[in-house]
Amino acid sequence: MAEFKEAPADASALQKTTVWFENRFPTAFAEYKKHLSEYYAPKNFNVWYFFGSLAILVLVIQIVTGIFLVMHYKPDANLAFASVEYIMRDVPWGWLVRYMHSTGASAFFIVVYLHMFRGMIYGSYRKPRELVWIFGCMIFLCLMAEAFFGYLLPWGQMSYWGAQVIVNLFAAVPFVGPDLALLIRGDFVVGDATLNRFFSFHVIAVPLVLIGLVVAHLLALHDVGSNNPDGVEIKANKDPKTGIPLDGIPFHPYYTVHDIMGVGVFLMVFSAVVFFAPEMSGYFLEANNFIPADPLKTPLHIAPVWYFTPFYSMLRATTDVMVNVFVVVVALGGIVGVLMGKGKWKVIAAVAAAVAAVLLKTFDAKFWGVVVMGASVLIFFVLPWLDQSPVKSIRYRPTWHKYLYGVFVVYFFVLGYLGIQPPSAAGTLISQIGTIFYFGFFVLMPVWSRIGEFKRVPDRVVFHAH
Amino acid sequence: MRTEAGVANTMKKLILSLLACFALGGPAFAAGGGIAWDKFPKERVTDMAALQNGAKLFVNYCLNCHSASYMRYNRMRDIGLTEDQIKQNLVFTGVKVGDLMTNAIDPKEAKAWFGGQPPDLTLVARSRSAIGQGSGADYIYTYLRTYYRDETKATGWNNLAFPNVGMPHVLWELQGQQRAVFVEKTDPHDPGKKLHVFERFEPITPGKMSQKEYNDAVADLVAYLDWMSEPTQNQRVRLGVWVLIFLGVFTVIAWRLNAAFWKDVK
Repeated sequence: MAEFKEAPADASALQKTTVWFENRFPTAFAEYKKHLSEYYAPKNFNVWYFFGSLAILVLVIQIVTGIFLVMHYKPDANLAFASVEYIMRDVPWGWLVRYMHSTGASAFFIVVYLHMFRGMIYGSYRKPRELVWIFGCMIFLCLMAEAFFGYLLPWGQMSYWGAQVIVNLFAAVPFVGPDLALLIRGDFVVGDATLNRFFSFHVIAVPLVLIGLVVAHLLALHDVGSNNPDGVEIKANKDPKTGIPLDGIPFHPYYTVHDIMGVGVFLMVFSAVVFFAPEMSGYFLEANNFIPADPLKTPLHIAPVWYFTPFYSMLRATTDVMVNVFVVVVALGGIVGVLMGKGKWKVIAAVAAAVAAVLLKTFDAKFWGVVVMGASVLIFFVLPWLDQSPVKSIRYRPTWHKYLYGVFVVYFFVLGYLGIQPPSAAGTLISQIGTIFYFGFFVLMPVWSRIGEFKRVPDRVVFHAH
Repeated sequence: MRTEAGVANTMKKLILSLLACFALGGPAFAAGGGIAWDKFPKERVTDMAALQNGAKLFVNYCLNCHSASYMRYNRMRDIGLTEDQIKQNLVFTGVKVGDLMTNAIDPKEAKAWFGGQPPDLTLVARSRSAIGQGSGADYIYTYLRTYYRDETKATGWNNLAFPNVGMPHVLWELQGQQRAVFVEKTDPHDPGKKLHVFERFEPITPGKMSQKEYNDAVADLVAYLDWMSEPTQNQRVRLGVWVLIFLGVFTVIAWRLNAAFWKDVK
């Protein structure tokens, strides 16, 4: 324990109180210093760096509004839909709380996608920040689970049939599929049992894990320090006397006031949606979800909410033809492995390719669709090891790398758009090309990320005083 | 950083054109066919007299078969009516003024008469919207004005916005009866195919209202349905203006505060 401090006799009441607390709870003071007043962040953060703190803000909005929604919501198949309308009509300010929660769900994904993209272009996942990134990916998975479970709760037609479709995906798993789907639903169709367990996951299980992961994400970040748009390690240049990074500034007050400004701008956009367009033309609140769930009436067109559609598109793109394309790709990979590999790796490559090809043709394309969708999300986990570029930041990479990232973003949007649309021949073809590009971008990254003329990375961060 | 800005610019353009795709690509959603929707005069949702007239039409013509079971009668205080006015003019079934607007139609009889239970109308103005086609109010506004006589149907009525609809034309006494004239046209995308295209309505018998009066009445009714689907919508927009004004001031202060701190960072 730290030494017991004495406040000077002429100290103010506030100072005396502070000392009283510091003697009894020194951890709080040490942590405040470690994470805020003496956490040194690079001074050259740009607009991309707002989205981390905004993600925390949205998390808080979701938790607080969620607490109030649970006070009035009824997780019962016969009452759920009406209880949401009760919140919208009879509960004082219920409509505001509900719109904040429904808009918050979409806002969370927008903020997190931008936050992840920031990490991608500035190489924030590179050594020594691999674990920060992995915790982040786990947060993203939790967020998807949270959104999926939560979307069932209003018990509208889209809630119901969306859940039906997604749970049925698990039925495509070989051997155990149907039993697995039954285990998830707790019934032979999505029903009251499903609603109750999804409610439990949505309000207790997943948020607990989510908060734990957010803490781990931040602790790991504060251990290794923040990256920055130049990808320069600020800890490499410390003031010899104080040991403080020369390009670092205390998070509090500099980035707290900075982030408050970001909060203001974000809340303006957020409020504009909440107050003037809470349905967001049917993208945030879908028309079909204003009809109570009816297990006997399948809607004409079932699509997930917009934030899942890039991945959903890749699932739909995996047709029998697409599986054949995968077989060809695997075969080519095998040939390259045999030609380029050395010693036993030649054999391993050949055997692995053969096994993969046989498996691809053994199981149904529907199952591979689920695998592709899962892989499209999970592939983010290995990004720190896929990227072999000699520099972290996009700023010092060859110009064509920037275009590659640009195309990646475009395909992400195109896949998202196609996932909302009903299936069509042209749409399927485009999403198949998109899927191949998406995976090619990641799988070939160890190769392409080394190629090209890299610019010299400066020793210190680039900063122009405001 | 010039190239970075260039890429950002290109991306901005791409995102904008993609957003345009979202807005225009919608018609693929068109569920169940039907004609393009007319635009509902949205300003009526803030017009108290229109909403009150719409409420009167709603309880007289719709509530006999349909319900509005998430809506309470006394919520109509928000459109400028007193509880007494509501009780005396709008509550017919002897229920309390704080009760939900349910109805007493027997589901079995409804099935026999219309082929199914008439849907609850509380949220119909929200559930009927379709991306790229228009709002739910646009749809209902079109639907209630495009009924026509069709002797091939069991009810003797058909509808342009909702082909083969189960509901007969409840407002026919007001609108009168009309027949639809269709013409055969060649499909512009496939010259071998003929399309059955609506051309115009022809009146059969006049109604109690002129066409303009009828359009007005339907607009009032739809305004009520739209308001009922979200009774807080007008309050929501009014409050939103204040919230944004507050946040604007807040952001300016935050911006200057930020500048005051950051002037030390060299």
